[in-house]
Amino acid sequence: MSEVVSSENFQTKVLESDKPVLVDFFATWCGPCRMVAPVLDEIAAEMEGKALVCKVDIDQSPDIAARYGVSSVPTLMVFENGQVKKQTVGAQPKQSLLALLA
Amino acid sequence: MADMQDKGTTRETFDLAVIGAGPAGMTAALYAARAGLSCAVFERLSPGGQLAQTEHLENYPGYTQSTSGFDLAMQMHEQAASFGARFVSEEVVSVDFAGAPKLIDTAFGAYAARAVIVATGARPAKLGLAREDELAGRGVSYCATCDGNFFRGRDVVVVGGGNTAAADAIYLSRICGKVYVVHRRDRLRATAIYHQRLADLENVEFVWNAEVTEIKAPEGKVEGVRVRDKVTGEMRDIDCAALFVAVGMRPNTEFLAGALQLDETGYVRADELGATATPGVYAAGDVRTKALRQVVTAVSDGANCAEAAAEFLSE
Repeated sequence: MSEVVSSENFQTKVLESDKPVLVDFFATWCGPCRMVAPVLDEIAAEMEGKALVCKVDIDQSPDIAARYGVSSVPTLMVFENGQVKKQTVGAQPKQSLLALLA
Repeated sequence: MADMQDKGTTRETFDLAVIGAGPAGMTAALYAARAGLSCAVFERLSPGGQLAQTEHLENYPGYTQSTSGFDLAMQMHEQAASFGARFVSEEVVSVDFAGAPKLIDTAFGAYAARAVIVATGARPAKLGLAREDELAGRGVSYCATCDGNFFRGRDVVVVGGGNTAAADAIYLSRICGKVYVVHRRDRLRATAIYHQRLADLENVEFVWNAEVTEIKAPEGKVEGVRVRDKVTGEMRDIDCAALFVAVGMRPNTEFLAGALQLDETGYVRADELGATATPGVYAAGDVRTKALRQVVTAVSDGANCAEAAAEFLSE
């Protein structure tokens, strides 16, 4: 399963991760976010041990969303070694998200 | 991608493949499953289509309170699944409808079906402006209910004059500062009920006979747009933090790559019962040529197509 992270653990879970992390900036009320959520859970299961999938609720953690200039949900970013390596906006099919992590 | 030459011998085969799990596809699956067909529904995301992204549904018969599109979509999904329709979360990337069975390749697998219903719907059209793609997520948005909150108290522009643009402007007027509605004609195309609602909103300004010619984003996020008056040719700059694009839809038919006849705008040519020129292949919902694209006409299409497919399979 993908894990919701907050300001308390974003540093340790995402920025200090030794594996690539796909971060989904989402909102609970956003239709496209809800449609991509099951896809992210599948990716989390399939990529276990190779990559992590984390989610940031932009209403609960507006500071993280602001830090990365998020102004659309869902925004999906791949972090590696604490840096944003790739990003995309809007709900995407599984193969596109896997390609982001590749 | 699988080899299209293996004529279905090693492929999992269904009576009916439905491509797309919006209201049309889910209704087709419901009717097909109840008719005793083995039915798979292929969907690139999770089920729901545009319906799941609709904040409120005010014109679906029988719901007197405004209904959440997402909730209705989830009920359609559960209902179809409860009768045995199988949902496959894989995007269909190519098809071959020339032989029997019809072949369907997804990003992850290869399948076959004796009949097919194409119900892949449509997506928001882009304006086609320079930097539009680059600025998506940086102030350019195609979903007001998703992104409106990021521009709380800020001035925004809505482009378009149909129902989506009208609903977007009303929604944004409640959370944003000023809302400019830029439309290429001198009146809205939207349904009458929206006209008065918009006229009553003090923070909505219409910019008629106008088109956006440029998005201004010197620092990499939207700061304004340049608008041209189509009558006088005059240019006007509007400061805004976001540009919400609602200029109609484009059909999701690229994956067909010639497998079905399309009209000049890319919609699948189909009759009122959903039949295409290819026997055993039907088109339902927003993806097909039709006069009115609504949830209520999509579900009607789905039922008609499933019925037609069942009849085709019994021949």
